[in-house]
Amino acid sequence: MSSATAPESPYRLLGGRIPYVEGPLKVTGRAEYTDDIHRSGMLVGRVLRSPWAHARIRSIDTSEARALPGVAAVLTGEEYPTPFGVLPITHDETMLAVGKVRYIGDMVAAVAAIDEPTAEQALAKIRVEVDPLPEFSDPRTGLTRVTEPIHERGLMGSNIQKQVLQHFGDVEAAFARAAATVRVRGQFAGVTHAFTEPLVTIAEATPDGRLTVWSATQVPHYLHRTLHEVLGIPMHRIRVIKPEVGGGFGGKSDPLPHELACAALSLATGRPVKMLFDREEVFYTNHGRHPTQNDVRIAAEADGTLLAYDIDTIIEGGAWSSFGTVTTYYNGVLAMGPYRVPNFRYRGRRVYTNKPPSGAMRAHGGTNIRYAVEVGLDELAEQLSIDPFDLRERNALPPHSTTVNQFRITSTSFRACLRAVRERSGWAGKFRRLPYGRGIGLGCGFYISGSNSPIHFTPKMPQSTVHLKADMDGGIAVHCMQADIGQGSNTLMAAIVAEVLGVDLERVHVQRVDSDVSPIDLGSYSSRVTFMMGNAARRAAERMRRQLVDAAATLLGYPAEQLEVVHERIQVRHRPEVGIDFMGALHRAMEASGALQSSGAYTSPPMGGTFKGARAGTAPAYSFAAYVAEVDVDPETGVYRPTHVWAAFDCGRPLNRLAVEGQIEGSIHMGLGQLMGESMEYRGSRLMNPSLLDYKIPMPGQMPEIEVLLVGEDDPEGPFGAKEAGEGPLVAILPAVANALHDAVGVRCHAVPITPDRLLRAIDARRAAGRTWKGE
Amino acid sequence: MSSRTVPLRFHLNGLPVERAVPPERILLDLIRDEIRLTGTKRGCDLGTCGCCTVLLDGVPVLSCLTLALRADGRSVTTIEGIGQAGKLHPVQAAFVECGATQCGFCTPGFVLTAVALLRDHPHPDRETIVRAISGNLCRCTGYTKIVQAIERAAEAAP
Repeated sequence: MSSATAPESPYRLLGGRIPYVEGPLKVTGRAEYTDDIHRSGMLVGRVLRSPWAHARIRSIDTSEARALPGVAAVLTGEEYPTPFGVLPITHDETMLAVGKVRYIGDMVAAVAAIDEPTAEQALAKIRVEVDPLPEFSDPRTGLTRVTEPIHERGLMGSNIQKQVLQHFGDVEAAFARAAATVRVRGQFAGVTHAFTEPLVTIAEATPDGRLTVWSATQVPHYLHRTLHEVLGIPMHRIRVIKPEVGGGFGGKSDPLPHELACAALSLATGRPVKMLFDREEVFYTNHGRHPTQNDVRIAAEADGTLLAYDIDTIIEGGAWSSFGTVTTYYNGVLAMGPYRVPNFRYRGRRVYTNKPPSGAMRAHGGTNIRYAVEVGLDELAEQLSIDPFDLRERNALPPHSTTVNQFRITSTSFRACLRAVRERSGWAGKFRRLPYGRGIGLGCGFYISGSNSPIHFTPKMPQSTVHLKADMDGGIAVHCMQADIGQGSNTLMAAIVAEVLGVDLERVHVQRVDSDVSPIDLGSYSSRVTFMMGNAARRAAERMRRQLVDAAATLLGYPAEQLEVVHERIQVRHRPEVGIDFMGALHRAMEASGALQSSGAYTSPPMGGTFKGARAGTAPAYSFAAYVAEVDVDPETGVYRPTHVWAAFDCGRPLNRLAVEGQIEGSIHMGLGQLMGESMEYRGSRLMNPSLLDYKIPMPGQMPEIEVLLVGEDDPEGPFGAKEAGEGPLVAILPAVANALHDAVGVRCHAVPITPDRLLRAIDARRAAGRTWKGE
Repeated sequence: MSSRTVPLRFHLNGLPVERAVPPERILLDLIRDEIRLTGTKRGCDLGTCGCCTVLLDGVPVLSCLTLALRADGRSVTTIEGIGQAGKLHPVQAAFVECGATQCGFCTPGFVLTAVALLRDHPHPDRETIVRAISGNLCRCTGYTKIVQAIERAAEAAP
C-alpha cells in the first residue's frame, strides 16, 4: 500500500500519477533493447578473460586464432594502450590488458567471428603466457609500500588509490568534553547491481568514416567521449545511441572496456559487431558497491546534542579506479546530514585489490556510512535514555543552513519526515513494547540531488540541455541525452513540456538518445536527472511557450502579457472566451520561420568551500528521509522478516507520484537485499557466486508492506520544486531494519549482510553473557 | 556443432511453425535469435531470472531451459501473443496503469506468468500471486506495483 500526504498539486499533470510513456511498449515486448537490434552482416564479439588474479603478461600468441576460418579479427591490448576511466583524473584502465592482468575476469583479448561457436573456438586458441605476481585479496595488505603494486599510481608505492584527510572544528576537544560516545565498526560485503538486462553493445563502422555504437549505458555522453579518446576518432564522427536499458543502478555508468573493444572490432573488420555478455561476465564486470570497513565514533552532550563524528574508512576498489575517488570522499562527507555536526574528522582510503572493480551503485558512497551513523545514533539514544526520534529531532539540520564542511542546505523537510513516520508507524505504542522477537526501528537518510561537480570537459558547460521542435503536425519532439533506464525520466521530461505548453501528453514525443541529435546531458548518475534535466526541460518549454503566446497575441489583438496558456488553448485572461487553440497558435507562429524550436539548459550555481576536495558532496539540493521498519524474528533460528516499512521521503514536490513511489519501493528492495543477504563472495581473489542463483536478490515473498509518505515542500531551485528520489530512498532502510532487530532481540550487528547465522550468533553471545531482553 | 536436424512443428502465438532444428536447440534461441520475436528476453541463461518466460500449452516455462523440440505438436505463447492489435490484455493494461514496469526487461515474463495465473485463479489472494511470481526476478520495482497490477487485473476480470 502506498499513500501520500503532500498537498494537492496546482499543476495539470505534474504532481499526479503519470503512467510511464513507454509502458505500452514494455508490456507488449515491443520496447527495443540493444540485444533486440540486428544489423545485416553482424559478427559476434567475444572476450578472452584472465584466469589469473595478478600476473605479468609475457606473451600473447593469437596466430592460431586468427587462422581459424570464420574469424574476422583478434585484438590485444598493446594495439590500444590509451588509458581511460570515468574520472578525468584517474585514467588507469585500458580496453584490453596491457602488460599485466589485474583480476580474474580481466579482459585480455577480443575476437570477432561469424558465429558464437567460432568465436569460442578462437578464444580457446589464443595462447597467453604470464609470470604470476603476488595477489592482493585483502585491502589491508596494500596500505603500505609493496614490492609489486597493482598500479604504478598507488600512493607511495602502496595499493592506496586515493586517500582523503579532512578535519573541521576540533574533534579531540569535542570528545574530551562529551557526555556520551559510541563507536561502530562496520563491515560491509561488496554488493552488485544485478540489473536484469546483461551488458551488451553493438558497433558499426561504416564506409563513410563514421562509427555508430548502440549500448546498454546509463551515461551515453561518457561513452561517446571515451570512444573518441581511446580510438582517436573525432566525436562528431561517432554516433552513440542508447536504446531501452534494462536497469543500471550505477553498473552501466562507467564507460566500459567491452564497449570500446566492440567498437575496435568493428573498425578492424568493417562489419557490425555485437558483444553480449553472459551473466557470469556481468558479475566479473561488477563496478558494484565497495566492500567497506568503517570505524565511526560519535560524541554527544548529555541531552543528545551531537558534538563530533570521527570516521576512519577503508574501501576496497578492486582492479581499477572507476568512480573511486568520489566514493572515497562520499564515504565521509555524506555523513554530514541530516544532522548538524559541528566537529568532523575523516580519513578515507580506497585500496586497489586483485578483484573485479568496485564503482558506483545506487546511493553511491552514502549507504555504508549511513548505516554506521544511524546504528550509532540508535546506540547513543539508548545510552542516554532518549527516544531515537527525539535524538534526531534535536539535531536536525535547519533549512537554509550550512554544514561545517560548507555544504549549502536549502530546503529540508526532515523534521516533517520524522513526524510523519512516528505517527503512522504507531511508534509510541511499539518501541520497546512489542513482545520479544518483534521489534521496530528508525533509520534516516540524506543524499545529493545531483552532483554539483560535473564530470565534464569544462565545468562551465551546462550539465543538461533539452531541445524542442514543434512542427505543423502539432507534435513536439524532445531531444536530450538524459538516459531513461527505467526510472521514468522520459515520462517526466514529456510531462514537464506538456505542462508548460498546456498540451496533452501524447503530443510530446521523447526521442531516443542519439548523440547526432540529442544535446548533452550528463546521464543517469548522482541522482541528478529530475533536478537538472527537469530545469532544462522547463526552460526549453517556457521559451517555446513565449513564441506561441506572441503568435496568439498577433492573432487575437491583445498584448502577450494579457494572455494565459490553458489546456490546448491560449486565451485572454480577463476574457477567456477570446482565444485560439494550440494548433492555431502553432501554425501562426510557424508563418515567420517554419517549425518552432527552442532550447533550455541547466548549470548548477557556484557553491562549496575552497579546500581540497570541497566540491565532493556539494549538490544544488539534498533529499531527506525517515524510515521506520517493523521486523519479526525467530530467535531460535535467526531467520527474520521485515513486515512493515513506513517510508517518509522529502523529494521536494513529487512530480510523478507513481515514479517516486516506484523508486522508493525499489530502493527498499535493493537495500533489504544488501542488508539481509546479498554479498559478492570471494575465496582469495576468486569470485565464488557469479550467478543470480548464488547471488540472491530478494524474492516477492520477502518484501514487507510499504507505506510511502511524501512530505516535501517545494525546493527553491528544483524544477516545480522537485528534488531527487532515485538513490536517497535506499540508505535509510538498512539501519531502520538493523535498529528494529535490536529492538526485537537485543543485539547489534555491525557486519552486513545480517544473515540469520550472524544474527543467531549475536543472540547466543548475548545470552551467554547473561543478558536478557524484553522478558525473554 | 551438430549438423543433424529434426523436424519441429508447433503453434507460435496461434500460427503454425515448421522448422528443422538441431536436437540441442534451446527454445529461447529459436524464438529470439532465429524467429526474432525479441519480446522474450535473455537475462541469465540459467533459469534464474524468469525474463525468458513463455507459455507452453498455457503453462509458464523458462524458455532458456527448454529444448525447442519439447514444443513439438504443442502451442507456444510469447509476449507478442498477448493482447490484440490496438488493445492491451487486461494484465498489460494494469501493468501500465499501476506503474508495474520500470526498466521493463522483466516485464514480458511477469505478464505471461500473470496471464497464466489469472486463467487458473481468476481472483487470487495476495499469497497466491506472490507464490505465482516467485520464479521471476525484478530489480526495479520491489514487486510492490507488480502485485498491485495483478490484483487490479483480477478485479477487472468478470
